[in-house]
Amino acid sequence: MASHSNGDKYSVLLPTYNERENLPLIVWLLVKYFGESGYEYEIIVIDDGSPDGTLEVAEQLQKIYGEDKILLRPRAKKLGLGTAYIHGIKHARGNYVFIMDADLSHHPKFIPEFIKKQREGGYDLVSGTRYRGDGGVYGWDLRRKLISRGANYVTQVLLRPGASDLTGSFRLYKKEVLVSLVERCVSKGYVFQMEMIVRARQLNYTIGEVPISFVDRVYGESKLGGNEIVSFLKGLLTLFATT
Amino acid sequence: MGCSVLDHCVTQEAESTDVPPSLLASGLLALKFPIILLTMTKLLEWVFGVSVIGAAWALVTFDLLNLRLPVAYKEVAWPMPVYLLVVFGCYSLATVGYRVATFNDCEEASKELQDQIKEAKEDLRKKGLKM
Repeated sequence: MASHSNGDKYSVLLPTYNERENLPLIVWLLVKYFGESGYEYEIIVIDDGSPDGTLEVAEQLQKIYGEDKILLRPRAKKLGLGTAYIHGIKHARGNYVFIMDADLSHHPKFIPEFIKKQREGGYDLVSGTRYRGDGGVYGWDLRRKLISRGANYVTQVLLRPGASDLTGSFRLYKKEVLVSLVERCVSKGYVFQMEMIVRARQLNYTIGEVPISFVDRVYGESKLGGNEIVSFLKGLLTLFATT
Repeated sequence: MGCSVLDHCVTQEAESTDVPPSLLASGLLALKFPIILLTMTKLLEWVFGVSVIGAAWALVTFDLLNLRLPVAYKEVAWPMPVYLLVVFGCYSLATVGYRVATFNDCEEASKELQDQIKEAKEDLRKKGLKM
């Protein structure tokens, strides 16, 4: 395979909580697709004190793939995504950073597409979208799709963010862009990812999009309840009124 | 933030030149307005936009400036707000409905993932991972 290095290195941030089963699989897929593409990379596992032994599995993976490829930055307990990113980037050696879910809902096969898109437009951030092109979701029933599209529509009308998928968390950032955005964001959960995009627009960062498929294997276990919808709306209105 | 800088500049300038501070102040006030426009929150943009449209509507419907427009204008303008809301409502329903209907179901992605999971587990076992 041709090496498209360019001197660029990609750090993949994987915040984990109870991902003992999925972590080896996502790491295997990352190694596979990065390996095939020839890009320089490192995988940073940020485990928040998982009781199921995720960190132990991460250590085994480190032995298999090498300490230069798998970095461990564990924390004592569940502390939130924004701080996980900050903690993870501290010793990251990449000039670009991928953020993604460790539960296999995001597939590493899209990584070369993200990189290609970023290079095409020199984008400050590239966002994976489930709502455009041949992006999509597996495992959602009508109710879930309706809520998702409905919430996204309300967000588009109110915030006009210039990106089609705001709650998505499969993204590629330039390292300095990620750092500057995480510093400014105060929300939690879904709204945190939305706020990142909104602040990026405020600061005139350029945003590219790549259609991705999202395979939800968790939905059956944790339905999107009223509480989550209410907190989403509260977060959305806060962004509406303050940005 | 920009506004306090401007205020500071007014007092400084007024002290150092002969230009009356009131003239400088109104000049700089004119500069503040575009800054407010450019850094408005989405909420303020909406409030501003709705106010402008609302004022225009009230002007025509209630003939606030005694323009004596043809009756036809008033008759068209009067129901406009409700009409536009209904149109927006229908457009929203149609848009969301269309997007739900055309939401891609990634069957192949799921199958591919299942296959790769099997492959990965086998490969990792060979490499010494104890699951």
